[in-house]
Amino acid sequence: MSFLAIKGLSARLRDTSFPILRDVFLSVEAGEVHGLVGESGAGKSMIGKALLGILPTSIEITHGTIELDGVDLLRLPPAERRRRIGATAALIPQDPLTALNPSRRIGPQITDRLVDILGWARSTAEARARELLDEVHIPDPVRVMRSYPHELSGGMRQRILIASAFAAEPKLIVADEPTTALDVTVQKQILKLIAEMQARHGTALLFVTHDLGVVSKVCQSLSVLYGGMVVERTTVRDFFREPAHSYSRALLAATPKYTDPLASLTPVPETVIAAVQAEVAAHDRSQRNG
Amino acid sequence: MADLFTIEDLRLSLPDMTKKPLLGQAPRIDILKGLSFTLPKGEILGIVGGSGSGKSTLGRAMVRLLEPTGGRILFDGQDITHLDEDGLRPLRRRFQMIFQDPMSSLNPRHRVGQIIAAPLSLHGFADVPARVMDALDHVGLSRGFANRYPHELSGGQRQRVGIARAIALRPEFILADEIVSGLDVSSQAQVLNLLEGLVQELGLTLAFISHDLSVIRRLCSRVLVLYQGEIVENAATAEVFDAPKAAYTRELLDAIPLPDPDQVWT
Ligand SMILES: Nc1ncnc2c1ncn2[C@@H]1O[C@H](COP(=O)(O)OP(=O)(O)OP(=O)(O)O)[C@@H](O)[C@H]1O
Ligand SMILES: Nc1ncnc2c1ncn2[C@@H]1O[C@H](COP(=O)(O)OP(=O)(O)OP(=O)(O)O)[C@@H](O)[C@H]1O
Ligand SMILES: [Mg+2]
Ligand SMILES: [Mg+2]
Repeated sequence: MSFLAIKGLSARLRDTSFPILRDVFLSVEAGEVHGLVGESGAGKSMIGKALLGILPTSIEITHGTIELDGVDLLRLPPAERRRRIGATAALIPQDPLTALNPSRRIGPQITDRLVDILGWARSTAEARARELLDEVHIPDPVRVMRSYPHELSGGMRQRILIASAFAAEPKLIVADEPTTALDVTVQKQILKLIAEMQARHGTALLFVTHDLGVVSKVCQSLSVLYGGMVVERTTVRDFFREPAHSYSRALLAATPKYTDPLASLTPVPETVIAAVQAEVAAHDRSQRNG
Repeated sequence: MADLFTIEDLRLSLPDMTKKPLLGQAPRIDILKGLSFTLPKGEILGIVGGSGSGKSTLGRAMVRLLEPTGGRILFDGQDITHLDEDGLRPLRRRFQMIFQDPMSSLNPRHRVGQIIAAPLSLHGFADVPARVMDALDHVGLSRGFANRYPHELSGGQRQRVGIARAIALRPEFILADEIVSGLDVSSQAQVLNLLEGLVQELGLTLAFISHDLSVIRRLCSRVLVLYQGEIVENAATAEVFDAPKAAYTRELLDAIPLPDPDQVWT
């Protein structure tokens, strides 16, 4: 049984009924890194938010189940759901600047969740935080825990968010574009760090990105989304060798490679967009009739 | 071909407010430490380097949003290093900037048409409506977009509005600072193809700041690599990628994630 199994998940805007997620099936095994790719607005972040229980209030789930470790989160009472998500899942957010509170020291920002949600003793939580900062290769953790966010570089802040995500030994982490704000050399360090931590802790990882280069470095499998619908689910190897869907092939053709500078860069062609939109429309019709 | 920019020993330091004592002056930090290079007309210059290496500061100095503290900047033969606002006014139309975050640089309460028209009116152009339509045509947005608001556009479309606003003024030079970083690959490919076409069609010169070296390789004819406020490499693009001289350039190249599961990351 998969550690995370999302089955038939559909969500829409409350006021206009505009579909945001369409019958999404997705599973991630313990210890696996699964990528979510697709153009801006495809619904990548919404899948992560749905399973962490942090969807915007303007969006409602209409169908489906989100099974985390065998339990359907959507059927739990809200308080129990929050506790369960807090104990089993965590987020590595995109922007280390806005994710940390600028006016508080780093230490409590890591330990508060452990103390408040998981009921750890403050001293246990602090020891754990020091240990984790050490694991993410932060020199002098004690000093860093007393620092404010602005006293640290972007790469260090992102390391802290990674440490913080792993703090409660979650079984699943959602990483939502964790390196887009960083330059390539820091990005490389951070991606290697996430992979190292993920392997050491056996965590399942849902990795949201639109960078196919990043996918090929960190993921084992991926889902390609368009219009809130999964158009292809495959292994990373097959995706780059023989992508099945025309939209997947188009995404690859739009990706520049510095080793292949003369290749023309083709935006996803209108014909491919029309075809995938027709699939989405056909899906909507079958939902109405079925 | 003639040089549009000649930059000699460019230096820029800023007061470091985080270290300012209660009384007295803040110590200054050197951000650009003596940069020299030329940018020939019609070229696309890529500017790369780690975060904080001084890319944006260099760009802002070139279009004189910042005043250098040393060295010289010649634009089309004219020394613009210390020109005041009056002196810069006639030049402001000739160089334009496009920023990373199109949403924050477009007025949310104005329609796209008004956004493109505003600088045209400011610089006293005639036939503003016709020029707005022409700019939309150039960036591949249908004319109906003139009536839309920024929040009704996708990220790629917003970025094209930013480009339309800049090229409507028929500038000679455009500085693009991380303008494709927030875009998905398809919108990114559209914007890159568009820029490449515009450079040829309109005879533009472009400085393109980016941390994506695959994008730089695709678009730029020359590349400048900055490291801690200094130029460590300045060469034709193929040379930088095929035979990098600086260790730092090598390090940058090695950190690029190629879309290929067989690439081994050391
Ligand atoms: N707070 C919100 N209220 C209503 N709709 C929203 C909200 N946030 C996002 N949406 C809509 O939900 C859809 C999916 O958005 P989502 O953020 O999941 O996209 P994404 O695939 O993560 O894109 P990106 O690559 O740009 O982050 C989009 O149509 C978007 O406009
Ligand atoms: N107003 C300012 N006051 C003090 N220091 C500044 C100021 N603006 C920039 N700096 C510093 O100057 C250096 C260069 O900054 P700059 O923004 O040019 O870097 P960059 O190469 O564009 O980086 P990034 O890739 O992160 O955009 C950095 O160390 C930055 O902290
Ligand atoms: Mg997103
Ligand atoms: Mg910058």
